[in-house]
Amino acid sequence: MTGPESVVHLSHVNKTFETAGAATVALSDISLDIRRGEFVSLIGPSGCGKSTLLRLIGDLTEPSAGAVQVNGKPATQARLDRDYGMVFQAPVLFDWRTVAENVRLPLELFGQDKDTQASRTAEMLELVDLTDFARYRPYELSGGMQQRVAIARALAFSPLLLLMDEPFGALDEMTRERMNSEVLNIWQQTGITVVFVTHSIPEAVFLSTRVVVMSARPGRITKLVEVDLPQPRGLATRESSRYFNLITEVREALRAGEGPASDAGLSSVERTAAEGGIG
Amino acid sequence: MPRSPEPARSRGSRVLFFGLFFVGILVFWELLKFFGGDPWRYFGWTWRPPLDLWFASDINLPHVWAIVARIFQPLTSGANESLGSYLFWQSLYTWREAFIGFVVGGVLGIAIATAFVHFSLAERAFLPYVVASQTIPIVALAPMIVFFVGHNITAVVIIATYLSFFPVTIAMLRGLRSPDPRALELMRSYAATRRAILFKVRFPASVPYLFTALKITATASVVGAIVGEGPGGIQAGLGRAVLFFSQSYSIAPEKLWAAILFTAVLGVAFYGIIRGLEARILRGRPEAAGA
Repeated sequence: MTGPESVVHLSHVNKTFETAGAATVALSDISLDIRRGEFVSLIGPSGCGKSTLLRLIGDLTEPSAGAVQVNGKPATQARLDRDYGMVFQAPVLFDWRTVAENVRLPLELFGQDKDTQASRTAEMLELVDLTDFARYRPYELSGGMQQRVAIARALAFSPLLLLMDEPFGALDEMTRERMNSEVLNIWQQTGITVVFVTHSIPEAVFLSTRVVVMSARPGRITKLVEVDLPQPRGLATRESSRYFNLITEVREALRAGEGPASDAGLSSVERTAAEGGIG
Repeated sequence: MPRSPEPARSRGSRVLFFGLFFVGILVFWELLKFFGGDPWRYFGWTWRPPLDLWFASDINLPHVWAIVARIFQPLTSGANESLGSYLFWQSLYTWREAFIGFVVGGVLGIAIATAFVHFSLAERAFLPYVVASQTIPIVALAPMIVFFVGHNITAVVIIATYLSFFPVTIAMLRGLRSPDPRALELMRSYAATRRAILFKVRFPASVPYLFTALKITATASVVGAIVGEGPGGIQAGLGRAVLFFSQSYSIAPEKLWAAILFTAVLGVAFYGIIRGLEARILRGRPEAAGA
């Protein structure tokens, strides 16, 4: 599946880190296609390489083997074409800039004219509901608000792909659920393709159209779970039985994935199930 | 929600504390003289201190009021200009030399650090020399500088620059490397050029570090200018005044004390200006760790 619909195309990607002479396999034989407009979550235990996979897609690191294609181009070209919006776990805002100036940063870098910068910034602040805080400094905002600024900044230049690396990992549960709804809202309004790294099963299921379940040592994809929950999603979604069933499915896939490494007594049936899920 | 940098009360109490401590020093000074100095002769009345402390004599430790009074008396007998007026203009002269050295040293420090951050080979090759340069005593270097550029203000400025660039280089090396690695990844994801990263991230992030260094070099450049005036053969400035007055210390110790007072005030004033600028520019910004 490498047609025009495919925004991200990973084929047989390996990533090995050299540390003190010893090679650690971070990712092993990853193949994955992400279609335009999809919301894909990468989930797995720590050390499964989900962040590394995201960084490979965003050309923040390079594969040891295999190919990463974004929008039909090599990842490096896609980065140079400014196809990515990045959101990290920390908001990474600049204290010497106001909220609006932070959102404007990529537009400045891309040399857009001042009027476009101003109107686009206002539009983005509106989108994340921070218009009243435009002149504040980042450190004057709460953690959730800071992360909304980071999202606005990532979306300001209308990238093709939004890459989010555990963006709400540092937030409390209440804020996190509110942010989830906001991200879904933004996703529906903009129609952008999202790749989202998380270690929260409910978050992955609630947000995604598809959940990529990974396992560690070596990092690989063990299962792809299609999330067919109806849109738009909200409180009713979180209380539906389908939602709980999907959470169970992802949880079991995760457990099956960690089996061979930690549980030698895994039955052959379970192992087959886990391996059968390799995309 | 904006936080005020500090409550007004703490600022007021700081000034009060400083004032009390300053008065305390003066009282202690005079107490030493009261109990161990030379006889006090005022208004036809004489007090003979019970102890004999050599350091509290009128030559070693003149009365505070004698120094202050001397500032308002003529520079030399019959001169139109008071000592204070003379020292004020010499302070400005020295400050001009120091300021040029401060600026040139600052620019040089920033340039060296920027080059080192971008070319690690340059850092490995040249940083040892930058460090070694600071171990050479200025008294050894000053005559050489004077020999090269001659007896003029340039020599003094070079010495002030020499004492200024090093703290700025070291602080800027830290400052330019202070941005979060993810901030650099963010810039990478924007396909930002090194130039853009320098101007949009590295320079702004180093400002708190820069000011920490500038507060040091504000005083260091003044020291450099004062020390440089002697070998530089400059016939003006506080350094010249200090050399000049030290020759007549046994006759008029108050003049040297007054000159020292002016150098201290000059250094503190320059420091204060930089501190004020820092507070303005970094208003509300959380202080950089370790800066």
